[in-house]
Amino acid sequence: MSFPSIQLIKPLVFIACLGPFAYLLYATLLDPEMLGANPVEYLLRRTGDWSLRFILIVLSVRPLRQITGKAVLLKYRRMMGLFAFFYVTTHFSIYAFLDLQLDWSHIGEDIAERPFITIGFLAWLLLIPLAATSTRAMMRRLGKRWKSLHKLVYLIAILAVSHYIWLIKKDLREPLIYAAILIVLFLLRTPYVQRKLA
Amino acid sequence: MLIKKPADIKPSEITDKSIYDQRRKFMQAGIGLTGAAMVPGLWLPADVQAAREKMKGVVKSPLSTSKKPTSYKDITSYNNFYEFGTGKGDPVKYAHTLKTTPWTVKVEGEINKPGNYHFEDLMKGSSLEERIYRFRCVEAWSMVIPWVGIPMAELLKRFEPNSRAKYVEFTTLYNPKQMPGQKRAVLDWPYVEALRIDEAMNPLTIMAVGLYGEVLPNQNGAPMRLVVPWKYGFKNIKSIVKIRFTEKMPSTTWAEAGPREYGFYANVNPKVAHPRWSQAKERIIGSGSIFTSKKKTLMMNGYEEQVAHMYKGMDLRKFF
Repeated sequence: MSFPSIQLIKPLVFIACLGPFAYLLYATLLDPEMLGANPVEYLLRRTGDWSLRFILIVLSVRPLRQITGKAVLLKYRRMMGLFAFFYVTTHFSIYAFLDLQLDWSHIGEDIAERPFITIGFLAWLLLIPLAATSTRAMMRRLGKRWKSLHKLVYLIAILAVSHYIWLIKKDLREPLIYAAILIVLFLLRTPYVQRKLA
Repeated sequence: MLIKKPADIKPSEITDKSIYDQRRKFMQAGIGLTGAAMVPGLWLPADVQAAREKMKGVVKSPLSTSKKPTSYKDITSYNNFYEFGTGKGDPVKYAHTLKTTPWTVKVEGEINKPGNYHFEDLMKGSSLEERIYRFRCVEAWSMVIPWVGIPMAELLKRFEPNSRAKYVEFTTLYNPKQMPGQKRAVLDWPYVEALRIDEAMNPLTIMAVGLYGEVLPNQNGAPMRLVVPWKYGFKNIKSIVKIRFTEKMPSTTWAEAGPREYGFYANVNPKVAHPRWSQAKERIIGSGSIFTSKKKTLMMNGYEEQVAHMYKGMDLRKFF
């Protein structure tokens, strides 16, 4: 890919990825009516949506590259991963700071006793080492182990989608769409499909 | 930092009186609500668009709370009514297809006076009362709602229940054309809820027909719905077409959908957690900003004095 150059596109992609956050921040500070009757719930839902989306985008990079043959896509994977971490962290912060107002005993009880919160929290914890080792220097330092460490993203994706499925009372349409996409992304990695793509 | 505080209703949202009157006539012609819905922008926001009819002769009740009621807009645009979709914004968007006149209610079971009753006849003989009640959803949010209704006991006694009448079961309309959410089997339609007869006869229990002194909007369960303020929201069944008196405990929709999560009693109880979320606190809708903390949920939603005697000796963890 020569034109437009990656130096030009990458910052644009970065700004686009910040879009949902900017929108929510704007609404929160300047026009709370946009957030509806239950603003905290709304913020939790939207940041949850974007967390899931970025996790799935990260997992789409490799199959997309294989299908399109465009190696340049790989250059966006780190950014997508860091945005996933950013949105999950925002999601958890809204839960801890705004929803429960740092009521630690309540937060502790939630994490210990409510499975959907347990797995959501676990997904966030597992993302921390991945974000921390996302630099080029860390990649070099960890060598082969870097790759095995970052395979955790598969587990994180499963936890994240389960977190969503588990929280819904009834009407699983939306969470099942995420689950279906995740299954497709896994299927694209099976040896059978890999042989076809090679 | 400047935080703008928006007016309750923006001037641009207020419908001109002449247009409002025209629309009333339009609706009385029978095509109104669907007609208005087809014109983009005409039917939203619902609070100024739908026919808002003042009710006459509503008396205040000493059973009301002195808490400030949640805004009309929030009460009518953020609620669960799966018959119109599972999103909390769905009822206000889609409930205009519900036809509430004429409305007949089938009353049957262990009573001396079974039959099909017109809504208007059911309302005769009881005076309308305003009951400002706390409303607590099982999803841990709450509102303060100024209902208008009649005491359920007065209504039920007119059917002359016999000694075998131990429970009262209520059923919502089943009509997927009017209630598009019923096209998908999200729940086992029609929606059924029930109370023990003493709960149904408790002075707090009402059949609500209005809100804020006006006719109940469709999305809130028009033309009549149950209100039992010490129980979680899902017990407060809407748009009732059938009342049945039974000797055995009826099986109810949510208790069937998730037996470990929703019980028959569903009394508000901060000490008994829902398996997936705590019930210790609640988010009061429309109070303050996102930085406002949740409030502690009260036992029996604050109605313990009036209702606790009915559950004496019962293990509330078992009968949740």
